Amino acid sequence: MTEPLVSERTAEMEDVEAFGARARSWLAENMPRADPSAGGDFIRQHSDEEELTRVARCRELQRMLYDGGLAGICVPREYGGQGLTPAHQVVLNREIVGYDYPVETQIPTFTPCMAVILEFGTEEQKRLHIPAILKGEEIWMQFLSEPSGGSDVAGAQTTAIRDGEEWVMNGSKIWTTGAWWADWGLCLARTNWDVPKHRGLSVFMLRIHQPGIEVHRIEMLNGSREFCQEFITDVRIPDADRIGGVDDGWTVGTRWMYHERTVSGGSAYVTRPTGQRQGPANADWASRMIRVARQNGHLEDDRVREMIGETYADDLVGEALTSWITRKIRTAELSDQAAAIIRLYGGMNAVRHATVGFEVAGNSAVAWSPEDHGEIGMSYIIRQQACIGGGTTEMSRNVISERVLGMPREQTRDKDIPFRDVPRSAPHR
Amino acid sequence: MFERSTDQDVFVETTRKFLEAECPSPKLRELGRTDAGFEPDFWRQGAELGWTSLVVPEEKGGGSVSGSPVLDLTLLAWEFGVHAAPGPLSPTNLVAAALGRWGTEEQHDGPLASILAGESIGTWALFEPPPADGLGQVELQAENIEGDIVLTGTKSPVESALQADHILVTARHNGGLSHFLVPKDAAGLTITPLRGIDMTRRFASVRFDDVRVSTDAVVGEVGKGQSAMEWLIDLAVVIELAEMVGAMQWGFDTTLQWSFDRFSFGRPLASYQEIKHRFADMKTWLEASYAIADAAARALEGNADNRSVVVSAGKSYVGRRGGELLQDCVQLHGGIGVTFDHDLHLFLRRATTNIPLYGSPAQHAARVTRSLEAKGDVR
Repeated sequence: MTEPLVSERTAEMEDVEAFGARARSWLAENMPRADPSAGGDFIRQHSDEEELTRVARCRELQRMLYDGGLAGICVPREYGGQGLTPAHQVVLNREIVGYDYPVETQIPTFTPCMAVILEFGTEEQKRLHIPAILKGEEIWMQFLSEPSGGSDVAGAQTTAIRDGEEWVMNGSKIWTTGAWWADWGLCLARTNWDVPKHRGLSVFMLRIHQPGIEVHRIEMLNGSREFCQEFITDVRIPDADRIGGVDDGWTVGTRWMYHERTVSGGSAYVTRPTGQRQGPANADWASRMIRVARQNGHLEDDRVREMIGETYADDLVGEALTSWITRKIRTAELSDQAAAIIRLYGGMNAVRHATVGFEVAGNSAVAWSPEDHGEIGMSYIIRQQACIGGGTTEMSRNVISERVLGMPREQTRDKDIPFRDVPRSAPHR
Repeated sequence: MFERSTDQDVFVETTRKFLEAECPSPKLRELGRTDAGFEPDFWRQGAELGWTSLVVPEEKGGGSVSGSPVLDLTLLAWEFGVHAAPGPLSPTNLVAAALGRWGTEEQHDGPLASILAGESIGTWALFEPPPADGLGQVELQAENIEGDIVLTGTKSPVESALQADHILVTARHNGGLSHFLVPKDAAGLTITPLRGIDMTRRFASVRFDDVRVSTDAVVGEVGKGQSAMEWLIDLAVVIELAEMVGAMQWGFDTTLQWSFDRFSFGRPLASYQEIKHRFADMKTWLEASYAIADAAARALEGNADNRSVVVSAGKSYVGRRGGELLQDCVQLHGGIGVTFDHDLHLFLRRATTNIPLYGSPAQHAARVTRSLEAKGDVR
């Protein structure tokens, strides 16, 4: 592969408008249009076959973007990216509206996983994995949470013990979306139990489908089987697949969390059509509520009208808040911890949407005919997921009060003592 | 705080210094006992600082600070909120904006020039007493009689009506809506003061008993005042939002500081997780309120397609959260929070006054739904 010199690259950097024109015409010629009824969200009722078909399609679409010079906009060219800027990504997000693209495999592959590899990976690791990610050959997952505790990430108990040029890993990870079809996991593990908890962690790149890793699919209360738990037994990992220093995993982990938090604010590594939102608060929500209320004959009910308008208003507020906070973080007016504000708002907003949907749908939310909108009742039943997944809203409130407002920290019992001596939950499962 | 340019910085700093000097809280309590709630000289000086001219084009005698008149006005309204400042900020600017946009040359030379100079006060009479108190509902009649126009009906509440020299009236006329600029001394006009919760802002009920005005009083096109009304409502709400966010900021900052200073059981209030989580929620509401207040102002400034939806979303959200945030500030203060001596109520009064005016949160939520129905989907 021949790469131009840095100076030439800078001189040649495509200006944003030219890039936009190129993206527009390439997309028009090459990319299929999106199916407007598709959700872009696997937490829906799909058969496994449908899901695997879609994942394969996502890989193809990613490969098309790569071949078209539209993958990895902000990734350096030596790793297969375009070496452009966040402004170019914004333009791509605008141009790609209405096209099919690998929506389901953006996160966590491009951020936080790829972002962490770019930041901490060795030259060799980057050349091995980044181009593969950009071509759709590698889909990554986060091996982060453990059954012993979700929010206390640094309390990981999955253990890797050094054995010559290898490590031997044992333990369990949980809440990995789609681990059953993904390729690699970014894994936080304990490599030293005799030092305080933040000082005995290391990060590894882990091939998911290999002997010793059993992927178990968790059935959620709404029937979704998207989340997984992995049981890791005597898995041997070459030391070359360690990212960052031995026992220095929390340095990586801190940035990893940072990159994870950028997801809601629109990471420059992630392609997301302008205006597309995450979670149940999607653009169609209000129109769908209007349809449901009309079917039920409740659309002229003032309270129903107000609730629908209110939830739509809250969505607009959420969008405004996301760009407001993101801008303030960028200008250093707020610390990056303020991303917790977006997370708290998003969780509470999603919960409110589920409740409003439930109220608007009335009886049909709890008992429905096959052609009806049954998922409204189910959305309500699994409502709290929005305040749990990706860090609970209680944790966000701690972060906002302590890290943004400077209020006193909660007391912990795990500082300055060997992790081995830290009180822990009794193991279950 | 909203983002500011250098020109805006100078404008805001000057206003802030003036407000800090002129209306410390003892002064606000003193003004609270007066009929007008503000002093004419204070308003004239404010006009010199630019308070009345921001949303009026330069060729009509006004001038924005930055070229973004609506944003300039929100910065000013924020300062009014964070100081619980006295004076007819919203009514005067609404009338000035209306005359600047749709007024005749005579109206520019007379009433507008005088309003811009701070010599006279204007107010907009839009809302009517129940049951005609829907958002944008107008029942006051204007009839064409012998070449003149005769107004009959009641407007209430009208801010600063007793202090105003010019009342802009929205009336049902010629099968649509028309706006008229009525002088305070017009025959048949009865203005009755109302009591209110704000310390310094005054409201009145205005009755029109066959009030006769000439066609010179018309502002804009006769019978085609609907879109002007919608625009003025949007401007009124944008002013309200910025002012509420300012009042919320004062309450939030003061209460946060209080939580650090106040000890119970040997610990500062700020160390209790229950209290911390309340502040985390309030911080989220506050930032979200800033974000949507800013988005609403920009939507109005740029005359965006979904302008009214964004503005109404702002009123729906800030109207719900603003009152709750300040009441929570009272709660976290404990007993002292419900005394007259503590300043918190000045800001609670200011934000609360704005909640129902120019459309309640519920009315604005319904306006959002109406717009979604009309357009299918605004996006």
